[in-house]
Amino acid sequence: MATNRGFARPYWVAIRYMIVATVVLGIAYPVAILGIGQLALPAQANGSVVTVDGEPVGSSLIGQSFTDDDGNALPEWFQSRPSAAGYDGGASAGSNYGPENEDFIAEIQARQAAIADSDGVAVGDIPVDALTTSGSGLDPHISPEYAYEQVARVADARGLDESEVTGLVDAFVQGRDLGYLGEPTVNVLQLNVALAQLGS
Amino acid sequence: MEAWLLVAQLATLAIILAVIHRPLGDYMAWTFTSAKDLKVERGLYRVVGVDSAGEQTWGAYLRGVLAFSLIGVLFVYALQRLQAVLPYSLGLPAVPEGLSFNTAVSFVTNTNWQSYSPEVTMGYTVQIAGLAVQNFVSAGVGIAVAVALIRGFSRRSTGTLGNFWVDLTRATFRILLPLAVISSIVLIAGGVIQNFNGFTEVTSLTGGTATVPGGPVASQEAIKMLGTNGGGFFNVNSAHPFENPTPWTNLFEIVLMLAIPFSLPRTFGKMVGDTRQGFAILAAMGTLFLVSLAALTTFEIIGSGTGTQLAGGAMEGKEQRFGIAASTLFATTSTITSTGAVNSMHDSFTSLGGMMTLFNMMLGEIAPGGVGSGLYGMLIIAIITVFIAGLLVGRTPEYLGKKLGPREIKLASLYILATPTIVLVGTALSFAIPAIREDVEGTSIWNPGLHGFTEVLYAFTSAGNNNGSAFAGITANTPWFNTALGVAMLLGRFIPIVFVLALAGSLAAQSKVPVTAGTLPTHRPQFVGLLVGVVLIVVALTYFPVLALGPLAEGLQ
Repeated sequence: MATNRGFARPYWVAIRYMIVATVVLGIAYPVAILGIGQLALPAQANGSVVTVDGEPVGSSLIGQSFTDDDGNALPEWFQSRPSAAGYDGGASAGSNYGPENEDFIAEIQARQAAIADSDGVAVGDIPVDALTTSGSGLDPHISPEYAYEQVARVADARGLDESEVTGLVDAFVQGRDLGYLGEPTVNVLQLNVALAQLGS
Repeated sequence: MEAWLLVAQLATLAIILAVIHRPLGDYMAWTFTSAKDLKVERGLYRVVGVDSAGEQTWGAYLRGVLAFSLIGVLFVYALQRLQAVLPYSLGLPAVPEGLSFNTAVSFVTNTNWQSYSPEVTMGYTVQIAGLAVQNFVSAGVGIAVAVALIRGFSRRSTGTLGNFWVDLTRATFRILLPLAVISSIVLIAGGVIQNFNGFTEVTSLTGGTATVPGGPVASQEAIKMLGTNGGGFFNVNSAHPFENPTPWTNLFEIVLMLAIPFSLPRTFGKMVGDTRQGFAILAAMGTLFLVSLAALTTFEIIGSGTGTQLAGGAMEGKEQRFGIAASTLFATTSTITSTGAVNSMHDSFTSLGGMMTLFNMMLGEIAPGGVGSGLYGMLIIAIITVFIAGLLVGRTPEYLGKKLGPREIKLASLYILATPTIVLVGTALSFAIPAIREDVEGTSIWNPGLHGFTEVLYAFTSAGNNNGSAFAGITANTPWFNTALGVAMLLGRFIPIVFVLALAGSLAAQSKVPVTAGTLPTHRPQFVGLLVGVVLIVVALTYFPVLALGPLAEGLQ
C-alpha cells in the first residue's frame, strides 16, 4: 500500500489531519455549541447573571465578598466562606494548605476568633464551612448552619427583627439535588439581594 | 453524614453505568469492526491522504501514532507561541517557551497537567483550537491503541492490526464528538457557560466591583471529561462553579469520565467473541474502584489532621455544594481514570485521603483508567496474572487462545516497569541534585515537611501516569518541572504504547491454541480475584517505600 510507505508519509498525513481536526473540533464544534447555548439557554450560557433593578450585580454561581475595601467583614451582609482567591472572578484558587500546615492552623484560629467576636457565638459552634476556604475560592454558597449563625448579627446591624431575617434564610435554603446529591446550601448573593430589598 | 446518602449517590452512578455500558460497548465494537466508511469519512481520508483499506503492521501503526502526536505537539506549541496575534486572546501575550512545551506535551499525551493558571495565561483561541482539539484526538489515539491490542487477541496468523488513521477517525468522530455535543448542551442547562464575553466587571451590592468570567467552557468541559483529559478551563478546574455548578452536574461529569472506560471491556469482550471475558475485566476494575472509593471517603469523613480537626471537618478546599461525599467520588473517579480533573483540592485532603488519590494513579490507572489506556493497561496485568498462574501450575500460559511466550511476557513486564521507573527517578532527581533540590524546596514546594515531599511525588506520579491532577500548591512553572514533567509525560505515554503495539503485533501473528481442560479459565470470579491481587501486589511492592516517606508518615504521625 502506498499509504504506508516512506518515512515522511505519516507526517504529511498528520499535518493535514491536524488542520482538518482543528477546523472541525477546534472551531466548528465550539461555535456550534455557542450557537445552541446562546439561542436555547442564554441565561445559563452567559453566566446566570443576577440583576437588581435591571443592573447586573454578579452571577448566582460566582461567590462574592461582602467586605469593606480593607477586607473587613461588613456586619450588615451575610458573609461568604473564606476565600484563597479573595473572590476575584479573574483568578480562581484554592489555598492548597495541607492539614498539618502551620499557616493553615493559624488562619483557622484567626477566623474562629473573628467570627466568635463578630457573631457572638462559641468557637465550637462555628460551622466548618465558615472556617475553611473552598476549592474554587469562588464558592457561591454557605451551609444553612452558617447562614442561621449569622442571623443575629445581620438583624442587629440592620435594625431588623431576627425572626424576619430567619424567615428570609428559610426561603433561601436549597436542599440536596434530588434529595441526596451534594449538600444543602444557601446562595449568599441571592440571599443578600433579598436582604437589601427587605430593608428598603 | 448519613450513610444512605453515600449509597444512594453510588447506586445512581452504578445504575447509569450499568445501563449504558452494554449499548455503548457494543456500539464501539461495531464502530471498530465495520468495514464501511461513512461518506464524510471518505472525504476526510481523501483530503489527508489515507487509504482506509490499508492494513498496517504494528510498526506502521506505531509510526502513525508517533507522527500524529509529534505534529500535535508542534501545533499546540505554535498556537501558544503565537497567542499575541490570535483573535480572542483577551490581550494575553505569547506563552513562554518552557511552559508552551510542557502544555503542548501535556495535552497531546492526554495528561492535561497544567503548570499554568488558565485565566491569566490562555486565551480562548488557544483553549478551543489548541487544547480542546487534543482533548478529542489524544483520547482517540488512546482508544485506537486499545483497539489494536484487542485485534491482537481476536485475529490470527496475520501481520496487521488495522489502520491507525481509520481507528483514530472513528473513535474521534463517531464516538467522542456526538457524545460531546450532547453533553455540552446538558452542561449548559446546568449552568456551565458558553460565551466569548471575556471578564465582565459589575458593581456589587456593597459598591465594590465583582468579576464574572466568560469563555467557551461547556464545549471544553464535555470533552475534558469524556476523553478523560482533565485540563480545566479555569485554574481550579471542576471546583469552579462555571465548570461544575451543581451536585447533579458533578454526578454527570463523573458519569462522563467513566462512560467510555467502563464500556470498553464490553467492546473487548464483543470483539474477542466472548463477552464474559470483558465482564471479568470490568469486574476487576469495578472492585478496585469501590475499595479505593470507600477508603478515600472514610479518611475524609474521619478527618484526621491538626488543622482539619481544629476546623471541625475536612472541608478545606471543598465546595459547599459538594461536601465530602460528592468530592471523594469525583476525586476517586478522576485519579483512577486518567482524567486528573478536580472538584476539590487534593493537596488539602487529609494525609491518608490524599494518599489514596496518589495510590489510584500508582495502580496504573486501570480501574477503569483512561479511555483506551485503562483497558490496555488492565489487559497487560491480565497477561501477567495468567503468567503467574501458569507458573504456579507449571503450564505454558495462554490468554484468549494466544500463547504467552517469552516475548509476550517480556513486553508486558517492560510495560509494568516503565511508569514506576519514570515516577521514581523523576522524584529522586528532584531531591538528589543539590541545585535542583534548592529550587524545588525554595520555589516549588508550598506545604513544608512531609507534605511538600508528597507534592513532588504526586507531580511525577501524575505526569508519568498521564493523569494531570496535582497537589496544586506546588509551583510547577519552573524550568525544572516544566522540563522534567514534560519528559515524564512523553515517556509515560509513548513507551507503554510501544510495548502494547509490539505485543499486539506478536499476538496477532499467532494462530489460536484450542481450549483444553488445563486452560486457566479467565472469565470466572477466581480469575477476577487473582487479577485484583496481582494489581495490588505489584503496586504495593513498587510504591510502598516512597509512600512511607510522604503521606503515610504524615498520616500516621
